[in-house]
Amino acid sequence: MISPELIETAAKIIFVFALTLGFFAPVLGWVERKQSAVMQDRIGANRAGVFGFTVIGLLHSLADAIKLVFKEDFTPRGAEKALHTLAPVMAVIPALIAFAVIPFGGQYTLWGHRVNLVVADLDVGLLFVFAISSISTYGVVIAGWASNNNWSLLGGLRASAQMFSYEVAMGLTVIALVMYYQSLSLVEIVAKQENFWHWGIVWHWPAFLLFFSCAIAENKRVPFDAPEAESELVAGYFTEYSGMKFVMFWAAEFIEMVTIAGMCVALFLGGHHIPFVTQAGLAEALGAFGPNGAQVAAMLIGVGVFVFKLILLLALQMAVRWTLPRFRYDQIMKLGWKMILPLSLAWISLTGAAILAGVMPRP
Amino acid sequence: MSELIRPGYDFHKETHTEPMVINMGPSHPATHGTVRFFLTLDGEIIEQIEVEIGYLHRAFEKECENQFWNGVFPYTDRLDYTAAALNNVGYALAAEKLIGITVPERCQYLRVIAGELARLSGHYTNLGAAALELGALTAFIYFVEARELVWDLIESLCGARLTHNYVRIGGVTADLPEGFAEHAREVFRRNRELWDDFAKLLLKNRIFLDRMRATGGISRQDAIEWGFTGPCLRACGVPYDVRRAQPYLVYGQLDFDIPVGETGDNLDRFLVRLEEINQSIRILEQCLERIPPGPINVDNPEWRQPSKDDIHRDMESMIFHFKNTFEGQKIPAGEVYQAIEGANGELGFYLVSSGAGKPLKCRVRPPCFALTSAMPLMVKGAFLADLIPTFDMINLIGGECDR
Repeated sequence: MISPELIETAAKIIFVFALTLGFFAPVLGWVERKQSAVMQDRIGANRAGVFGFTVIGLLHSLADAIKLVFKEDFTPRGAEKALHTLAPVMAVIPALIAFAVIPFGGQYTLWGHRVNLVVADLDVGLLFVFAISSISTYGVVIAGWASNNNWSLLGGLRASAQMFSYEVAMGLTVIALVMYYQSLSLVEIVAKQENFWHWGIVWHWPAFLLFFSCAIAENKRVPFDAPEAESELVAGYFTEYSGMKFVMFWAAEFIEMVTIAGMCVALFLGGHHIPFVTQAGLAEALGAFGPNGAQVAAMLIGVGVFVFKLILLLALQMAVRWTLPRFRYDQIMKLGWKMILPLSLAWISLTGAAILAGVMPRP
Repeated sequence: MSELIRPGYDFHKETHTEPMVINMGPSHPATHGTVRFFLTLDGEIIEQIEVEIGYLHRAFEKECENQFWNGVFPYTDRLDYTAAALNNVGYALAAEKLIGITVPERCQYLRVIAGELARLSGHYTNLGAAALELGALTAFIYFVEARELVWDLIESLCGARLTHNYVRIGGVTADLPEGFAEHAREVFRRNRELWDDFAKLLLKNRIFLDRMRATGGISRQDAIEWGFTGPCLRACGVPYDVRRAQPYLVYGQLDFDIPVGETGDNLDRFLVRLEEINQSIRILEQCLERIPPGPINVDNPEWRQPSKDDIHRDMESMIFHFKNTFEGQKIPAGEVYQAIEGANGELGFYLVSSGAGKPLKCRVRPPCFALTSAMPLMVKGAFLADLIPTFDMINLIGGECDR
């Protein structure tokens, strides 16, 4: 029995997969090359092409994919084969799943059917994201352990310490937001940001900075890439991975970037909302398309705005990646425990005091 | 868990831990395939380190004994290949000291120009690579551009970009090309911009400063005792520069400063090199202003490579061209040591001649050999990650250290 709900859910899942795995993972590989090239006064990838058509280097991602599919799938001698295979899966799946609770649009009524543009509207969406993203830590740690390589082991150790520490700090940075919005559901948090002055970033920009730093650290990208630190640990925890298993780590990193950007958009940047435009106002402005047409148009605009904000944050993450050098392992720990953690605690207290005193009106 | 907290429990006694022995290199991104570190790690702390060099040994010194005196120049290029012309200059000066000739003033200026351009190239490479290995790829690319521009200049001077092979005993191979001074000024203007960008990008960056400051330090006394020279010694506050201490060529007449550091850590080494880039450009600008007209070779066909015109016109030139080509220059018997300031420090050539057309012995004092030997002193007890900037600032060039 195919119900409309089933079709709706399937469509949303396909959309999320297409957006993260199908669009952003390969395109971010291209962006990484091209944006770094722009920042470094280079031309960047422009060679892979079909019959001379290079499509500004976009085909490099395709060429990479073809190359990596045909690479030898190598497992080093003495490696724990089952775990060695399981690790990249454990890294990439949570990154994909976490996106399930991030709303990529609002709620619309199409031909009498209510559509909520989120795969899973959980009451505890925020907790779900944290719970799922901690699983990806295991993927990295197991990869480091199962490879039977000292460099991998060092990378895995660094990753475990770093990711656990920053999870704590990251969890605390959003507590203030939970207090502010009085909800753990990301859909509800986004719905409460309809008014621009209720966007998370307006009141909670310190939390945004802290959350963003923690998120980059969770994703192990420069400047927090000590677990893979190519000049120290060769490639860290994925030293012994090749072919598609390597791609999975690589894709996990990019998908996690998208998830981070999605979380930031949902928590701080108003999700699909356009500043100073209410949902009702938008539907009214689109009234010329008829009641259903207006809803469809509003939905498309909402998704477009969400993706636009996503791209802005991804570009920001790329710019950070190509500007900063790498921390030392102990400096990462110090930053996490001695700077970000106390600061986020201080922000929680400040927010609490402000809400109690009525200085910070809750939406 | 209750096991762990029972009274009298001694973690270190009852838990079996041992340090991790790990092999870093030669095929490791940080060691460039030219050196191997044998590390004993306690977690991330380096307990013990053994440095093994020799992976780029090409028997340079033995090879020189089978070449005519002038045929050694291409081999010297491959010592410190990031600053090739400096090696040319050092070898030529040593050979000329053995013969007892002095090259004309214009030639001396040309050698200073080639040498300082090579020093620029060496420093750009070193500082850029240091940034790269700390993860700042963008800064590296900025200095690659600067180096490319310097290489354009060198190319217009001698035709080669990396291995210059520019200097000969008794002279140089080519005079300045037309418009060199203008071209050079343009390059220096752009390179100063790139220098500013590079310095801003890194020296205002807390992460970079934290990685460099107070790592890989060495005391002034230790540095002297371990035979440090060059930027690493000057970073400890010792203003020893061969260009000042034992002036050669026209360095005595040129106006330049010798930057010194205070603490001798990696940041000071970095800053000293960064400032030396400015001083090299200063030297180059003075040279381009003051370079006098005149011959670029000694006026003696026995010791210079005569031109084809001379060979066809002049009896003596033809004789020496034939003899030098087939028997090599007969440099009088004796031995000599001549040091110059290489990009990495005191680059010394110790030459012994038996009066034959080939060197009896050509020994090189590579500056980075002494620096590398002090690696254990500098990184023991530090983090594994500190090995990277320290090794970068030592600037071990395989070609120079292993020869």
